[in-house]
Amino acid sequence: MAVLSTPRSAVELASKGRPVKEILFRTVLLASLALALIFLIALLTFVLTEGWPRLDARLWENMPSIRNPEIAGAQSAITGTLWVISLTAVFTIPTGIAAAIYLEEYADRTRWYNRVIELNIQNLAAIPSIVYGILGLGIIARTIGLGFSVITASITLGLLVLPIVIIASREAIRAVPPSIREGSLALGATQWQTIYRQVLPASIPGIATGSILALSRAIGEAAPLIMLGAVSFIRFNPDGIFASYTVLPIQIFNWISQSREGFHVLAAAAIVILLLILLLMNSVAIWLRNRYQKRW
Amino acid sequence: MAGGDTATVPGTPQSLARSRPRYGEMAIKAILLIAALVSVATTVGIVVSLLEPTIKFFGEVSAVEFFTSTDWGPLFEPPHYGVLPLVSATLITTGIAIVVAVPLGLASAIYLSEYAKPRVRKFFKPVLEVLAGIPTVVFGFFALSFVTPLLRSVLPFEIEIFNALSAGLVVGFMIIPIVASLSEDAMSAVPNSLREGSFALGASRMITSLRVVLPAAFSGIVAAVILAISRGAGETMIVYIAGGGQPNFTLDLGQAMQTMAAFIAAAGSGDVPVGTVDYDTIFAVGALLFVMTFVMNFVSARLVRKYREVYE
Repeated sequence: MAVLSTPRSAVELASKGRPVKEILFRTVLLASLALALIFLIALLTFVLTEGWPRLDARLWENMPSIRNPEIAGAQSAITGTLWVISLTAVFTIPTGIAAAIYLEEYADRTRWYNRVIELNIQNLAAIPSIVYGILGLGIIARTIGLGFSVITASITLGLLVLPIVIIASREAIRAVPPSIREGSLALGATQWQTIYRQVLPASIPGIATGSILALSRAIGEAAPLIMLGAVSFIRFNPDGIFASYTVLPIQIFNWISQSREGFHVLAAAAIVILLLILLLMNSVAIWLRNRYQKRW
Repeated sequence: MAGGDTATVPGTPQSLARSRPRYGEMAIKAILLIAALVSVATTVGIVVSLLEPTIKFFGEVSAVEFFTSTDWGPLFEPPHYGVLPLVSATLITTGIAIVVAVPLGLASAIYLSEYAKPRVRKFFKPVLEVLAGIPTVVFGFFALSFVTPLLRSVLPFEIEIFNALSAGLVVGFMIIPIVASLSEDAMSAVPNSLREGSFALGASRMITSLRVVLPAAFSGIVAAVILAISRGAGETMIVYIAGGGQPNFTLDLGQAMQTMAAFIAAAGSGDVPVGTVDYDTIFAVGALLFVMTFVMNFVSARLVRKYREVYE
């Protein structure tokens, strides 16, 4: 029975039910993709039209205000974001690259501790960001005693995006062909000289792209910083790494939580600024990737 | 082993390496290893920071009450510590998100992997990447100020300003890129010979996609879905902004609900004094969330390894 039915069903599948069902299926698939696109367009259009009336210099020249949405700005949040992200970059990029070099160039994969490190990085990438906020609150702010400061925020965000930097850097390093290393070693270079003078320069575009993408994730991150003092009302720019701070996503969140409509317009305008910063960073990342990526 | 004891001829790599230990090289390797260990320290730090307050919390509050009571109000007098309303809210919003993200993400992946011409792919892939790169606070604003009013004007039944439905829907769109891109990776890894075999037997493109490619990529797709679930369950800002702040043990999607992550954010944003039960509560809920997502990630990784179809 089964043997007999196979060819018949094959013919059926191929021709009989084909035109209508096939076209319908294809349409449904394309519609799903289009729906994601429509959602994205709706989101961008909504934010832009909502924020347009307040998208002017007041936004970056004025400090936040809880009374008057007309004169309120986001200057302390913008400088705060710059402080936090710069410090995050200083901390996380060298650490991430170093870890990636270790895992790709030195680590003996048969050793258990190297496998633990690898598994651990995969796992870290999937931990919810709010849990990093708990880590920042319990260990960095309280136990180590750095308090609710720029540096606590930077270390927390740095740890959050570290797996992204490591994974991207590893891929970039792995893409450098072994023949480059062998050539360098054959000329008498030590392993570190080979890495520093051959492997790293060749993989810098990939590493830079990954690092920028990691930082753009950190810029938009609000959940962990809610727990680290960023929600308090800040009317001054940070003057050092131990200063109190707020950041753009948190300032946006504060304005969303206000009930008055004027603050929602302000939130939308600040979102446009945040999205523009992200767009700029991502464009640089894509440009770097296209401009400097080598094909071996 | 190669070279071994006989490699005493001057000039071979072994004899050079042995002649002079390079302390600089060893120091560099040690520094790099320390950098790699930062990630391990992060995990240890998370576990340690969760463990101590959680143990203290269960010294004050009975575990039976925590896991079985449906009353959550740690700041009330007398306080109630039943975590079920937070868990149910988390499951409901994540459930809505999955109902949105799995069909849409999977259909997108099938289209991109099996149907789309290179030009179309080049257009749609960045769309998904942009969607993945939008900060969650922006999604939250969109959910509260656009999706909720839209639902209120369209739906035949009443929904509150803060509600689980709108939050869950937007979380769903947020995780579409995870489902789509990981599933597409899995489907692209299915070798062409399988598709060609199927076409040769007379199967159409739809049948080939659904009965050959999809089953062959199944483990990767399941892993993608589980990862998306864990992202949705841990999502904070969208559910905090659009889902509301009251714990609510209900199945009514039109009502406000507080998820576990939203509770952590809400309680953690106030300056809770260290050493109080209120402070420890944040960590106890955090520990539960951590364990739930950890188990999902573990299962996902396991599934991939166990059921992976290996092609040459």
